[in-house]
Formats: sequence, C-alpha cells, structure tokens
Amino acid sequence: MKKGKGISYAKWGYIFIAPFFIAYAVFTLFPQLLTIYNSFFENYREGLKQVGPNFVGLGNYVKLFTPDKSGTINILKYTGNTLALWIGGAIPQIVIALLLAIFFTSYRLNIKGQQFFKTVIYMPNLIMASAFSMLFFTLFSNVGPVNQLIQAWGWSDVPIDFFAYKGTVRGLICIMNFLMWFGNTTILLMAGIMGIDQSLFEAANLDGASSVQVFFRVTLPLLMPILVYTVITAMIGGLQMFDVPQVLTNGKGMPDRTSMTLIMYLNNYLGGSKNYGMSGAISVIIFIITGILSMFVYRSLTKKD
Amino acid sequence: MTKSNSADSRKARAQLTALRVVVYIVLIFLSILCLFSFYMLIINATRSNGQLQAGFTLVPGGHMLENLKNAWTDSSINIPRGLLNSFLVASLTAILTTYFSALTAYGIHAYDFKLKKAAFTFIMAIMVIPSQVSAAGFVQICYKFGLTNNYLVLILPGIAAPIVFFYMKQYMESVLPMEIVEAARVDGSNEFRTFNTIILPMLKPALAVQLIFSFVQSWNNYFLPSLLLTKAEMKTVPIMIAQLRSADYSKFDMGKVYMFILLAILPVMVVYIILSKSIIKGATAGAVKG
Repeated sequence: MKKGKGISYAKWGYIFIAPFFIAYAVFTLFPQLLTIYNSFFENYREGLKQVGPNFVGLGNYVKLFTPDKSGTINILKYTGNTLALWIGGAIPQIVIALLLAIFFTSYRLNIKGQQFFKTVIYMPNLIMASAFSMLFFTLFSNVGPVNQLIQAWGWSDVPIDFFAYKGTVRGLICIMNFLMWFGNTTILLMAGIMGIDQSLFEAANLDGASSVQVFFRVTLPLLMPILVYTVITAMIGGLQMFDVPQVLTNGKGMPDRTSMTLIMYLNNYLGGSKNYGMSGAISVIIFIITGILSMFVYRSLTKKD
Repeated sequence: MTKSNSADSRKARAQLTALRVVVYIVLIFLSILCLFSFYMLIINATRSNGQLQAGFTLVPGGHMLENLKNAWTDSSINIPRGLLNSFLVASLTAILTTYFSALTAYGIHAYDFKLKKAAFTFIMAIMVIPSQVSAAGFVQICYKFGLTNNYLVLILPGIAAPIVFFYMKQYMESVLPMEIVEAARVDGSNEFRTFNTIILPMLKPALAVQLIFSFVQSWNNYFLPSLLLTKAEMKTVPIMIAQLRSADYSKFDMGKVYMFILLAILPVMVVYIILSKSIIKGATAGAVKG
C-alpha cells in the first residue's frame, strides 16, 4: 500500500501458508473424512479373514447403542467413565490452581520462593504420561512401597489391592491427572491475573472492599475469558484421556471396565481387529461430544456476568 | 482512637501472618505431592530386587549401576534402541513443527491477501478438534499404503500444528510490527530468503521454547505410535513402557523396572531442570491473549 506499490506480495502469503494447509489436508482432514465415511461400512479383520467393506448405513451406530448381553450400552458407560474421570481431576485442578494463582500474585501475601514452587508444580506436566502411570502402578501394586508402608504401620494385615476397586482405580487416575495439570493451569491463571489492570485492585481497596469481595467482584469477572479457555482446553484434554488409564489398567479399564475411557474403546477396535467401521463411528461420536461440550461450557461461563 | 486503630492493624497483621503460614503449608504439601512419586522412583531404581521385596525405605540402596546395566542390556525391551528412536522422531518433529509454524504465522502476519482472514479463522477453529478423531482414517491409510513402521507418518503431520502457529503469531505481533517487516524487506528480493536470514533470528526465544515443547510432546506421544509401530526395532520409549505393564511383571526384577521408567523420563527431566525458567515462561505466553 505505502511502499512498493508496483510489487504485490500477496502471492508470498499463499506460498508461506501452503505447507501448513497441505499437511493438514493430507494428514488430518482427509483421514477425518475417511473416518466419517468408514463409519457407514462394515470393515474389519477376523483372524486372517477380512470382512467387508460392506455398506451398512447407520448399522455401526445402531450397534454402538445396542445393549450387550449384560444389558449395558457400552458407549454410554464409557462416556460416563470418561466424564467421571475428567471431573474428578479437573475440579480440584481448577479450584487449587485458582487459589494458588491468587496466592502467588498477591502483593500483601508476598510469597517467597515462587520460582521454586512453580518449577515443582509444573514438572509433572512434562513427564511422559505412560511412564508416570507405570510408576503409579508399581508404587501402588500389591508388593509396592505403598502397601509395604500400610502393612508396616499396621493399617492392614493383607496388602490392599488398589486395582480391584472402582473407587481406588478411578481415584488414582484422577490424582495423576490432577498432578499433571494443576501446575500448568496455575501458571496460566497467574498470567491472566497479572494481565488485569492493577489500578482496579487499588480502587477496590480504597473503597474498603474485603479480599473476598475483591476476588468475586473484580478478579473473577475479569478472569472469566481465560477461565473459559482453561476449562475448554481441560475438557478437550479430558475427552482424549488415554495414556494414564490405558497403562495403569493394561488396557482393561478394570474393575469391570469402570475405568475404560472413550479413546481406550476406540483403541480396542483400532488395535487388533482393525475395525474401521466401529472405530469410525466412535470417532464421530467423540467429535460430536467435543463440539457440544465446548459450546455448553463456553455459554454457561460467559453468560454469568 | 489511635489505640483502637493500632490494635486493628495489629490484628490485621496477625491475620495476614496466619494466612501466610497456611499458604506456605499448602504449597509445601502440594510440592511434596508432586515430588514424592519421583523421589520414590529414583530411590527404588537404586535398590536391588531383594531390597525392594524386603520393605519400604527412603534411603538409596546402592545398586544403581547394576540396575542400569540390567535394564540397558535387557533382551526383550531394547531401551537404548527405544531412546534413540524416540530421540530421532521427537527432534525431527520438533524442528518441522517449529519451522513451519513460524513460516505459516509469518505468512499470515506479514502479507495481505484475500484469504488471509479465512485462513486464520480456519486454523483457530481446528485447534480444538482432538487429534484422535481422525486416527481411524489415518491408521487405515498407513496400513493400506504400507506406511506402518515408517517414522515419516509420525513426523510429517507436525508441519500443521495450530497451537504452535498461534503462539508464533502472538509472538510476532509483539516483536515484529509491520515497520520492521517492511524494513527487513528489500524490494524484489526473495521473500523466502528474508524470512530465513532476517526474520527467523529475531524469533529465537519463541523458536527455542516451541522446540522444547514440541520435542517433549512427541517424546511422550503414545497413542498413534503404538498403533503404527509394530516392529520391535522401530518402537519408541512410551510403547516399551506400556509393554512393561502388559508383561507378567511379577516375575521381573523390580529394580530394573524402576530403572526403565527412570530412563524414559530422565531426558525430559534434565532439560526441564536446566531450562525451567524459560519453559515456564513459555507455557503462558501463547495463551494469555487468547
């Protein structure tokens, strides 16, 4: 516009963004469409025999929502599991992170050693989830240190089988997810709080507002956008939950598949039998759930103020 | 009047001190919670199987080198090979992701073109789609065209990384105003060269942070590699760790098992301890304005 009137730079814009869009089309968009297309076909391997592909319309979806021999509709069960595991980790994660972010940014409290605490609480976020899960499995196994401690202290004469109860397996998964993500959320929310105009806090203090009032009337409303972002990303992360429960339960989601997540279900169809029909249908459902939940959380969080 | 005032302020100060004590206790408790499992890992990796069976302790056992040797030379889980494979995949992915995200961000940041806004909106929209929902089609294509056990199908998709793109775009907005872009530009010269020789060096801090993050992400990646890497000599570390879980581990030397886990997370831990300050800074920068 200003300089170099005769030269059009527009073509460079297209050249520079081309690799991204080509890679996206080849490695994500096309497989995505193929996944949806596949969900309408019967297409799997049974031993050495290949079945299909045969067009079955909505057959795979009908099958997904048909109760099995024991009368449970598996996809609903696994959606419920995923939701329970997500909520169990995400609520403490967001509450604790919000508290820590307020502590760290408070001038009055003036917390020392912040760099150390931040370094420690953020670390689990970078650790390989499958290794972290394997570590928890060894620590909590029947012969692991936790059970040794329980027996040494005389709390129980026999080892507690942490992997035999729904509550303890889910509890362990929630604790791991909490540990892996609360540091990250704290740091994100801290940045959000520090981005708020300081004069607003000063004005509130001059008006004699208590710290609780300041939090609910000033900090929280102004923090809403970043809180929405945090909840949505945490939710999408929760839907993708796989590594931790997969390794902890060796893909079985024990006991009685109460810790089997949606992605583990997808993995079961995709892994051995290469069932592209059923895995396609599950993928489409996960895709739809992501969309609905994103909209729902976004709306409920932005409408309040 | 003054008396009650000073009593009030003394009371307020006492309250603040009490609150501070509570906050420190909470922080120390959470820190212990974060560190305890890793502390146990390091301790247990130094203990022999016999020591591990004997009972719980917080003191090292002195069998670290023995465990390391056993883990390193294990016949069923070839951990040195796994580390090498993981390193290869993760570093190439990190380089591609970082370079092409910067390139894409610069394309949208520095040039005016008809589809600029549409392209940006599109990338922002695909950011929230979980990558697993296209995995079924991707796995099918890979099996159909014999691309399993081929690292390219794990590395090349890194070119399109919406989150890294967004980070780069935000960074450019703060350090690369259009005046600088125009000044860097010599009319008629190759724009591509301008980007590589003038623009990229200006993005060094952002590139470094994203190199680390994409490396870590790829290093830890388990879902897709476990579906596509079936040959033992091609497997990456997370697959080997999961294999450890599915083996009849009760027959295993537990000291060796702890050592395997330690080896899997050690590289990332070391990098983190050295660069924690800039990594933590980088964790926020991309999302703040979002």
